[in-house]
Amino acid sequence: MTTLIEAPPTDADGLLPAAKKSSGGGLGQYILVRFLLIFPTIFILVTMVFFLMRITGDPITAAMGGRLPADQLQERILAAGYDRPILVQYFEYLGQLATGNFGRTLTDNRAVVEMLTTYGSATLELSINALLVALVVGIPLGMVAAHRRDKAPDAVLRVFAILCYATPVFFAGMLLKLTFSVWLGWLPVAGRARTSSELALTSLEAPTGIYWLDALRSGNMAALGDVTAHAVLPAVALGLLTAGIFLRLVRTNVIGTLGRDYIEAGRSRGVSEYRLVTKHAYKPALIPIITVMGLQIAVMLGGAVLTEKTFEWKGLGFQLANYLTARDFVAVQGIVVLLAIIVAMTNFIVDIIAALIDPRVRY
Amino acid sequence: MSIQAVPVPMESPRAPWYRRLPVVSHFNKSVGLQRGMLVAGLVLTGLFVLTALFAPLLAPYGFSQLSDADGNFPTQQAPGGKHLLGTTVGGYDVLSRVIWGAQTAILVIVVAVSMSIVIGVVLGLVSGYLGGWLDRILVVIADAVYAFPSLLVAIVMAIVISGGQSSLIGGIFAAGTAITLVFIPQYFRVIRAETVRLKAEPFVESAKVVGASNIRIMTRHIYRNATRTLPLIFTLNASEAILTLAGLGFLGFGIEPSSAAEWGFDLNKALADTTSGIWWTGLFPGLAIVLTVVGLTLVGESINDLNDPRLRGRKSTGGSSPAPVDNAAIATEVRAS
Repeated sequence: MTTLIEAPPTDADGLLPAAKKSSGGGLGQYILVRFLLIFPTIFILVTMVFFLMRITGDPITAAMGGRLPADQLQERILAAGYDRPILVQYFEYLGQLATGNFGRTLTDNRAVVEMLTTYGSATLELSINALLVALVVGIPLGMVAAHRRDKAPDAVLRVFAILCYATPVFFAGMLLKLTFSVWLGWLPVAGRARTSSELALTSLEAPTGIYWLDALRSGNMAALGDVTAHAVLPAVALGLLTAGIFLRLVRTNVIGTLGRDYIEAGRSRGVSEYRLVTKHAYKPALIPIITVMGLQIAVMLGGAVLTEKTFEWKGLGFQLANYLTARDFVAVQGIVVLLAIIVAMTNFIVDIIAALIDPRVRY
Repeated sequence: MSIQAVPVPMESPRAPWYRRLPVVSHFNKSVGLQRGMLVAGLVLTGLFVLTALFAPLLAPYGFSQLSDADGNFPTQQAPGGKHLLGTTVGGYDVLSRVIWGAQTAILVIVVAVSMSIVIGVVLGLVSGYLGGWLDRILVVIADAVYAFPSLLVAIVMAIVISGGQSSLIGGIFAAGTAITLVFIPQYFRVIRAETVRLKAEPFVESAKVVGASNIRIMTRHIYRNATRTLPLIFTLNASEAILTLAGLGFLGFGIEPSSAAEWGFDLNKALADTTSGIWWTGLFPGLAIVLTVVGLTLVGESINDLNDPRLRGRKSTGGSSPAPVDNAAIATEVRAS
């Protein structure tokens, strides 16, 4: 996790040697170079994951060892081709990945791709909800803290931010569950929806898998209410983790811009303090915020794994935990590779947005 | 490489050595709210360290003790009486496991952070100083790992090292190594960036002119200057190490309950209790994590703010303009060693 180090580590110092040299190349070239750099990133991660997972032995022994007799085990290893040299298997795996074939899970024998698409939408929904919570909580509070710097509100908000960061999502989730579900009984304990609404939503034509979107499309208001009630606690638990980081980030950067001369000039022209903070000082502070937001996607995915396990939210993280327990390393590898691709893509998009906002980044 | 005594930031060349130690010098620089945060952090961190050191004396029972002279412990007993913080579903004493958990946490921090500092610093120095293709490759790899969710990196490493579950020493090293891989890129980036900057400084050039070897320049001239930010990263990483360890434990990749107490594992077991309204099995290990991480983070953040003149609290509160960057002081600092 990146989190607390002050300066957002932009790629400009190391990852983009080629882009640096091509100063004057313009936006088009920057995007191209940056796009091409996605591939080595994904390649390195896939390679690392593959070899690390295989050091310990073949996946079938890991998953089935002790449950199958030795001769049957051997048979399955042969059938899956795990007895061949590791390099042969590695290149075969790369070839399969290139054609979008992630293999089949060992424990429940599903196509990994199908498993990923089924559960991916649930994780996407959770991440969007959490990001919304983080933005709505983090950015305004960060501005308040910057404006009231070194005063009581700043102190309170900074402690709040540290608490957000210091509380593991599963502990926050557990406390939220205890308070709002068990003691107050306001919200459901776990899951994504009641069985009835889940049935209604999954039987739709071409479901997106994002429940509130499906409920809206089919005009099923009862299901929408149910889905929203289920979504609140997980979104808050995961959102607060990131909200603390956003709060800190906005505070630091707005403090930086608030000290500039143009703010003083605005103040002397009679611009209101509110407008100074929310418009004049906030806008230039946006670039580092966007960069770090991109890095936060990684933190959020890690957090999503834990949140989903806490709330039995049937997404990639929940499945990952299950497959880990069952030692189904083919499935684990599939999920990890998908997350690697997502992280690499988001970083690419974030860099492009940063370049669009601030032309200096391109050079 | 020969590792010298850890260099301390120079506050003023004339101050006695104990005033120049990282945390002490920061304390003297701090005022008001910032000093309050630093002190609060130091107190919490101190409590954590003391608890870990004296766990055998403080804990009423062993971490895997299920019975005493009066017979077996009751299961899921509410706090009070013989078991101050209650017992778990398995019959463990919650208080004892919380206290012993501090010891596990500190061992993992020490293993993880010291391994990643050594590896990260060496790689960063070599990569930054030598440059070339080695540098390019290391940077791309470090960035790839750095961008990846750290918990997943740790999970993959935990699978590799222990296949999941393990004994005390094995578990601590497994968790520590898993976390190490996550941290190396951070140290690598910081040290490399500093090394690249310092390489262009006149004192490096003059060392070259008098015939110092590359290794000597790296280990004496650059190393001493490039490692000034390490206390900061250390505290931040220590808190992250605890969170990663807890995350691993929560997912069932922790250390077996019979070989050590681990807060994340206890929270995993407590998850099922919450629906029936049993709060004590989860609340206390969770609070232990939060307080420890808050303490370490407060120390780290205070050091960070005190290192950054823009964020340092102003001794005289007056104008709203930020304190000017004290270039002269920084220059002296660099030249001093």
